[in-house]
Amino acid sequence: MSRLLKLSLTRRYRFAASHRLYSPAFSEQENQRLYGKCGNPYGHGHNYILEVTLSAPVDPQTGMVANLGELDPFVEREILEPFDQKYLNEQVDEFRASVPTAENLCREIYRRLEKFPAARLERVRIEETSNNSFEYAG
Amino acid sequence: MIRVTRRLEFSAAHFYHNPNLSAEENRRIFGKCNNLHGHGHNYVLEVTVAGEPDPATGMVLDLKELKDILQREVAERLDHRHLNYEVPELAGQIPTCENVARLIWQLLEPKINQGRLDRVRVYESPDLFADCTAEADGQPVGAVGE
Repeated sequence: MSRLLKLSLTRRYRFAASHRLYSPAFSEQENQRLYGKCGNPYGHGHNYILEVTLSAPVDPQTGMVANLGELDPFVEREILEPFDQKYLNEQVDEFRASVPTAENLCREIYRRLEKFPAARLERVRIEETSNNSFEYAG
Repeated sequence: MIRVTRRLEFSAAHFYHNPNLSAEENRRIFGKCNNLHGHGHNYVLEVTVAGEPDPATGMVLDLKELKDILQREVAERLDHRHLNYEVPELAGQIPTCENVARLIWQLLEPKINQGRLDRVRVYESPDLFADCTAEADGQPVGAVGE
């Protein structure tokens, strides 16, 4: 019996950040209608949960899709350090020009993690709250 | 198509060590998982079976049967075992959650005859899990022992 089996590895990370959903492209009234209380001028925050899924042939030497000894420091440097305990609108360059919705956050995190050299980035998933989650697979 | 998922918890010990590598390389690659005394996890297995519900029973498969299969094939082999020493099917492999997920797929796939095995997910901790699925871009893998 022979099957083609694919192994992926998913690691969860956490960061806490504040944001405000507001676009200067819209009027105040439109912003209020679109974003409601998420547009509160002083911002608000979430405990984000980030799930990173990688795939690769399992290395027979290590038994691994990806070594957490490499992945954890990479995610720390690319995501947690720049995002954790930050105000996304003003402290992450990308969100000076785009609204830091969880959708845009997924795409920005995907863009940053796609550079991980040792495995293919399959998917990024963000839980903004326990009721809302977002996925991006490129 | 409907996907049905059943969970099973099991607890096991393991460590990571590749005898083909030097002690220093083992420490560099595996870090604290290289502690040769081993350490343990409460693993959580999620087995997903996909299929169309039988119109007579309304079920994709009989979950009691799946529960028995999981008990026999997985719990009896892995629960309260040391994966490095007590699971012959993992001999010569590093008992990572990737390899454990693949082994569980290989054990279950031939036993499931209602619906088809869709995914095996093994949580080593709430923050780390491996998925094994059959995909066109996967790697060829034989049956256990092949």
